[in-house]
Amino acid sequence: MIWLGIETANAPLSVAIVKDGKVVAEVVQNIKLTHSAGAMPAVEAILAKAGLKPVDIDAIAVSEGPGSYTGVRIGATLAKTLAWTLKKPLVGVSSLKVLAANVSLHNGLICPLFDARRSNVYTAVYKGATLETVVEDYHDHIDGLLQRLQELAEPVLFVGADVDVFWEKIVATLGDYAYRAPMTTDLPRACEVIRLASEGELPSTEATHHFVPQYKRIAEAEANWLKEQKEKANEQ
Amino acid sequence: MGEFIMENRIILAIESSCDETAAAIIRNGSKIVSNVVASQIESHKRFGGVVPEIASRHHVEQITVVIEEALTQANMTPQDLDAVAVTEGPGLVGALLIGINAAKAFAFANNLPILGVHHIAGHIYANALVQPMEFPLLALVVSGGHTELVYMKEHGSFEVIGETRDDAAGEAYDKVARVLGLPYPGGPRIDKLAHESDEAVAFPRVWLEEDSYDFSFSGLKSAVINYKHNMDQRGEEISPKAVAKGFQDSVVEVLTAKTVRAAREFKVKQVIAAGGVAANKGLRSSLEATFEAEGIPFYVPPLKLCTDNAAMIGAVATPMFEAGVRSDLTMNGRPGMELKSWV
Repeated sequence: MIWLGIETANAPLSVAIVKDGKVVAEVVQNIKLTHSAGAMPAVEAILAKAGLKPVDIDAIAVSEGPGSYTGVRIGATLAKTLAWTLKKPLVGVSSLKVLAANVSLHNGLICPLFDARRSNVYTAVYKGATLETVVEDYHDHIDGLLQRLQELAEPVLFVGADVDVFWEKIVATLGDYAYRAPMTTDLPRACEVIRLASEGELPSTEATHHFVPQYKRIAEAEANWLKEQKEKANEQ
Repeated sequence: MGEFIMENRIILAIESSCDETAAAIIRNGSKIVSNVVASQIESHKRFGGVVPEIASRHHVEQITVVIEEALTQANMTPQDLDAVAVTEGPGLVGALLIGINAAKAFAFANNLPILGVHHIAGHIYANALVQPMEFPLLALVVSGGHTELVYMKEHGSFEVIGETRDDAAGEAYDKVARVLGLPYPGGPRIDKLAHESDEAVAFPRVWLEEDSYDFSFSGLKSAVINYKHNMDQRGEEISPKAVAKGFQDSVVEVLTAKTVRAAREFKVKQVIAAGGVAANKGLRSSLEATFEAEGIPFYVPPLKLCTDNAAMIGAVATPMFEAGVRSDLTMNGRPGMELKSWV
């Protein structure tokens, strides 16, 4: 069983090959290279290094978001097209859960987060080695997240390169309950995308056409439009 | 010169530069084997125009379905193909990236060469799907994003001799339609209204410098807005039909006159109109009548090849492929891509 994993949901890029439950190769990088140009060549290179052809792939795992809209879409489009044309199953995994998986040996609460600009974050809260969901993936103002964490009243391990953006505020609110995961765990890894994807049952290949990213946020134009509709309805 | 060898060349083409997700299979650059377009227009209507983020989201939903449909309708498998072509630019970058990444993944998985194609070259080559192109040729490209006069002395040779300095013709149509309170997309509605009127409000013609083939439509658009504003202030009703006709007459007269002058100067053998606005009846009939009198063959592709589609991308990709043009898996979306010759 050969898995190809793709992770491009945010600035970092990761691709990996796992064969029969063992890591064959993995690339993890956080250098300024756009996924639009770099993601496909990275997939090509890792397969070549592993001595594999596209037809050798048995299943594809992809980080489905949330994150950068464009980043999430590039991974989703590559994975979806490969899975469809190779007629192999495609599994999407939460990009936040992938990040949390880097520290899943930690027994308590884990809070992965991505900067969503304007003091907003994409975030979730998981617990322990099984990554049990405590707070589902969502989009929130950093203050909203910190309030929820305060209510949980437990130590929390924060993970992700974007944690630094909010660290002062996190410590100011949570004090001794706030822990920062080491920087070596900050980048999402395509091996973890595969590990999490292989936990469940494989979907049918017919499901591939319906695969869509999990943005966890509606587009701004749509949000404004919905607001207008609501206001119109209230006027009547 | 200008001819290319054709030996049963089959190209899969993909287009996602704006709000249509499209795939097509083209044989020898001239025969449409399949041509699938998933339009998002219903989704964008509520916003009064194309919203880039919404367009990108729809492209991801549709892309594999559309490519599969193109293969199914053609009764082909990836093994039947010689290459994959995709719109590289210009267009909305987020939208372009979906087609490009799907094309890259498909080409890689099936061990096929990939070619990045210029969207406007595609619009021009839509004509090759109707009848052979004859050179030298002049193309008037008019759409929501483009207004250009392109001179071609042979296959793969493009010289932009005139372009808009502000709004594209289609953009002006959409804006004037909004002033008149017409729903999106406004172009076809203005065309229809213009034909229902004998009266026309007098609007200016913008010619720019005497020898220029460039266009400008923002002044005309402002003139329509000012006219409406003045009439409103005086409490007078406007006739949307007379405004539509006045506006359309101005656009058509300028486009026709500059195209004819260029056709004469460059002594072309063929004139073609391309792009979404080429479907406009007023423009089409003016160009047809004018070039008939000039004795220069003039062609416009049928409507479904004027609006965005992938068949036209396959049409231009075929002579590119024969000329040895190739892209690779590092291809990126190029929103401001220039129209460059490949010969």
